[in-house]
Amino acid sequence: MLSIILKRLGQSVLILLGVTLITFSLSFMMPADPVRMIAGRSATKATVESIRKELGLDKPLPVQYIKYVTRLAHLDLGRSYKQKTQVTELIKSRLPATLLLMAGAIFFEILIGIPAGILAATQRGKFWDNWIMAISFAGVSMPQFVLGLLLLYLFAYVFGWFPLGGYGTWKHLFLPALTLGISGGGWYSRMVRSSMVDVLCQDYIRTARAKGLSELKTVLVHGLRNGILPIIAMIGLDVGIFMAGAVVVESVFGWPGIGQMAWQAIQMVDIPVIMGVTLVAAIGIIIGNLLADIVMPFVDPKMRVE
Amino acid sequence: MKKLRLLTLVLFSFLFLAAGVCLATDIKQGGKMVVTYKDDISTLDPAIGYDWQNWSMIKSLFNCLMDYEPGTYDLTPDLAESFEISSDGLFYTFKLRQNVKFHNGRLLTGQDIKYSIERAVNPKTQSPGQGFFASIKGFDEMASGKATELSGITLPSPGIVKVELSRPDATFLHVMAINFASAVPKEEVEKYGEDFGKHPVGTGAFKMTEWALGRSVTFERNRDYYMKGVPKLDTIIFEVGQEPTVALLRLQRGEVDVLGDGIPPARFLKVKNDPANKNLIIQGDQLHTGYLTMNVKMKPFDNLDVRKAVNMAINKERICKIINNRAEPATQPLPPGMPGYDKNYKGYPFDPVKAKALLKKAGFADGFTTELFANNTDPNPRISQAIQQDLAAIGIKAEIKTLAQSTVIAAGGEPDQAPMIWSGGMAWIADFPDPSNFYGPILGGGGAVKGGWNWAWYINDELDKRAMEADSMSDPSKLSERLEMWRSIYISVMEDAPWVPIFNELRFTMRAERLGGPDAIFVDPVHIPVNYEHVYAKDAQ
Amino acid sequence: MGIQEELNTANFKVFKKMGYVVKYFLKNKLALAGLASILIFSLSALIAPVITPFEPDTQFFEGLSLEGAPLPPNSKFWLGTDLLGRDLFTRLVYGARTSLIIGIAANGIALFIGAFLGIVAGYARGWVGTVIMRFTDLMMAFPALLLAIALAAIFQPSLWIVALVIACVNWVQIARVIYSQTMALATSEYIEAVRSIGASWPRILFVHILPHLWPTILVWGTLGIATTVLLEATLSFLGVGVRPPTPSWGGIIYESQSYFLDAPWLVFFPGLAIMALSLSFNLVGDALRDALDPMKRGRN
Repeated sequence: MLSIILKRLGQSVLILLGVTLITFSLSFMMPADPVRMIAGRSATKATVESIRKELGLDKPLPVQYIKYVTRLAHLDLGRSYKQKTQVTELIKSRLPATLLLMAGAIFFEILIGIPAGILAATQRGKFWDNWIMAISFAGVSMPQFVLGLLLLYLFAYVFGWFPLGGYGTWKHLFLPALTLGISGGGWYSRMVRSSMVDVLCQDYIRTARAKGLSELKTVLVHGLRNGILPIIAMIGLDVGIFMAGAVVVESVFGWPGIGQMAWQAIQMVDIPVIMGVTLVAAIGIIIGNLLADIVMPFVDPKMRVE
Repeated sequence: MKKLRLLTLVLFSFLFLAAGVCLATDIKQGGKMVVTYKDDISTLDPAIGYDWQNWSMIKSLFNCLMDYEPGTYDLTPDLAESFEISSDGLFYTFKLRQNVKFHNGRLLTGQDIKYSIERAVNPKTQSPGQGFFASIKGFDEMASGKATELSGITLPSPGIVKVELSRPDATFLHVMAINFASAVPKEEVEKYGEDFGKHPVGTGAFKMTEWALGRSVTFERNRDYYMKGVPKLDTIIFEVGQEPTVALLRLQRGEVDVLGDGIPPARFLKVKNDPANKNLIIQGDQLHTGYLTMNVKMKPFDNLDVRKAVNMAINKERICKIINNRAEPATQPLPPGMPGYDKNYKGYPFDPVKAKALLKKAGFADGFTTELFANNTDPNPRISQAIQQDLAAIGIKAEIKTLAQSTVIAAGGEPDQAPMIWSGGMAWIADFPDPSNFYGPILGGGGAVKGGWNWAWYINDELDKRAMEADSMSDPSKLSERLEMWRSIYISVMEDAPWVPIFNELRFTMRAERLGGPDAIFVDPVHIPVNYEHVYAKDAQ
Repeated sequence: MGIQEELNTANFKVFKKMGYVVKYFLKNKLALAGLASILIFSLSALIAPVITPFEPDTQFFEGLSLEGAPLPPNSKFWLGTDLLGRDLFTRLVYGARTSLIIGIAANGIALFIGAFLGIVAGYARGWVGTVIMRFTDLMMAFPALLLAIALAAIFQPSLWIVALVIACVNWVQIARVIYSQTMALATSEYIEAVRSIGASWPRILFVHILPHLWPTILVWGTLGIATTVLLEATLSFLGVGVRPPTPSWGGIIYESQSYFLDAPWLVFFPGLAIMALSLSFNLVGDALRDALDPMKRGRN
């Protein structure tokens, strides 16, 4: 197991290098000139060129890339073109918000997904099962921005229970986390249901039932114990998804996460920020996937071969 | 100096009155104010900051040699106690104030002024304001990295800063009042390096005491400020990441005092029509023109009749309505608040029939197909669609390309990419209240280069010459003559019709009931959104 | 056995399966509802001009209040007007075209790329397979939405470009699923046997492997559209989707977002449309998966 993890770590470094290469290439393919964005409209051609030289953007792209990677090896992500601040500082200032939202979202996914999945599994084929599965599909089919705006309209504007977006207290966190939680919770409930259905068909559960264990206890103790692994795997994947994938929810709720920062950086062609955020997000995704991959073999023995 | 005063007094007498009121000194200092912004504050380095949010914040942390009377466009000495201009307009001699201290306690010297301007010109600083100093002697050498200082700035004796220009520049005093010319202490700049923007130290009315990245910035009153009784407030807290809609609700609840981004467009009608807000909303002018450029190098916009037809085809009234009448139809490049604006010029009338006839005359009876570039942030896609519909009515099929700001700017800087560009969202608000500010980079031949901002690629050598002539009239006694020249330049531009001036934005500032001060400082043409130094708290009185 | 016969047998199996699928569908009310709603959306997209008397791009002078506010639903404009005075209902009907075209095209392209690479990697294995799969690993580590935004910023979206951008992001998952299935098949004893009697590789691929992959491709072809519809809406919502004035549901919400407290219908009607279309494809795709998976069918 350990050797597999070590091997994966080695691969991860290569993957991260690939991510920087792709991001780098894409950034320079953007039909916009970052220097012109820094220089502003009163700049002369000479100013533009001197800034270009100052930033090293006049060098051939491969040279620039090698320079970037060399600095990266020293954990230096460079400075934002626009803000002049260290990219690491910028990310550090926003990462807590991203992680907080992620935690909140996963909390709601579990809170919604597990009970709904258990209920559906125990009621298999019956009324509740059908409805829960239909609703969970509605949840995953709803665009996050529509759900977010809907929650914002109802619970913040009409009822006034929550602030209309922003960052700070648990009340600020509630609605954006719930938005992500509802759309993700749909997948969780389906996952829990199907793994519980598998488990509930097993002989030992029948035995447990036959022994007179109460239904609730059977389901919780035996069913959930086996159903929990896929959930952990899913959380792993979610960590990756929410690293930079919450852009939309962040923008609806004015949440100061790294997704929003990346989005603004793309608009401004602030290449060091684009590179930095993508890299951090990729690290998050890799860690999440690794977590999922470590858990998966326990879930499905067939996967162990790989 | 006196002459300048007199002339400006005549020109801006109405604004000047307002200024007189807000200089009232019987107002007690104290209290705090909360200002909200949606976007993060990028930097408070005066050589770098060029955003909506930080522009006015920097003004209250730093000082320049010159400034404007609060609430007006009226130049007044600031760090300079007085100044003299040589008769040929090439030498400016500033006498510094004696008692000005940086926030770190050190006294300001002439060396600081020289250092600060040179810092903005130094290519290493990467200042977007570098170009403003182009008329100072030695600029080219320093900007190209050949010299390490500006030969035109000398310090003949302590407390005197002498600036020599390479050509007369009537806007030079404005340049000495622009943020990029702010005095910064060398030792602090060197201490923080590129992070100076997060640790600003100036001479201004406020000093920055706390910066929670991505959350808030706190300013405290500078108790050693050279101007007695200024600023009025003890504390200003700038909260960022605040959606305008949220900020408005918080303002109504009393948690916020000023909306940095203004009243959110979508709530505008409701807020404006609510009688309770009557005294809280202050309307003013913005030195802004939203325009549509036509690339005169690209067919068919090389044809004057086509450009005139487009000018007549667009229903500006309706576009203003689409943005809830938060703007007024424009007739010329200059906005109404700008000296040199021609009130009597009516511009091209909205007349689709005549526009169609002009197209026919130009040989496009069946119209033609073209492209319209626009920024992709609201309301610009909407405005460009309204323009598109108006053009379709006279047979011009314009395909809309809504793109990120940086992409539109890049396309405009190429001679053959963008036939039409809607300027909205690309932040063309005047840097300083002088008519020349709307010419150079955006209509002058110098801007019609690759990477430039003259997106119409309009080059008129004769007008360039007249513009040059007007800008060398730095003798204050010739001000009205100079403004008249500028007026005629813009009317000549309109005859060539490289632009369709669409509208001039109006400014609506909403403030909390507890903030006091004359209306003029809430729509201060230089300090946007409000003049932080002169606003006072009613509850501290 | 000749190749034709083998193909016939394979096809027969598929047809037999189709029989199950149809039977399963008739029993599954949710899937039927999804299918019906897809048909309704497609039909209205096709005959949009018959359904609505207006053009989607016409900005009505009377479509805005005197102060420029959009109108709430009324007798002339059934679902109200947008911020330019256009009829919202008309834009929604025409918007179905955008969503469906992009949904089907983008997912089709993604499916093609994903299936092709997955099959090649799974069948060839060796270094070809390694290169392809490491590349998918790389793409998996890339934040998908950021990638789409960056691609959209580079290629200046039109309808087809948006479809391509989405395909560029969405093929990865498909490739991985197809890869693992192909590999499982290619290493199975059955294929080993076929190979040992000297069957050529095209024959093995097209006759013995591909028919087994059809169910997966079919399921992803349906479920993927649901994801694609959402992604298109999201890109439009961020302002990097199809160009105005092409009506797009996500785009309508983007243009009206700032108004949503006063004119919530401008957000919720298009939002409902996006959800309904995506949900329909999800329901049908899910039912297909259950129907094509005998293990699951037994259990439900």
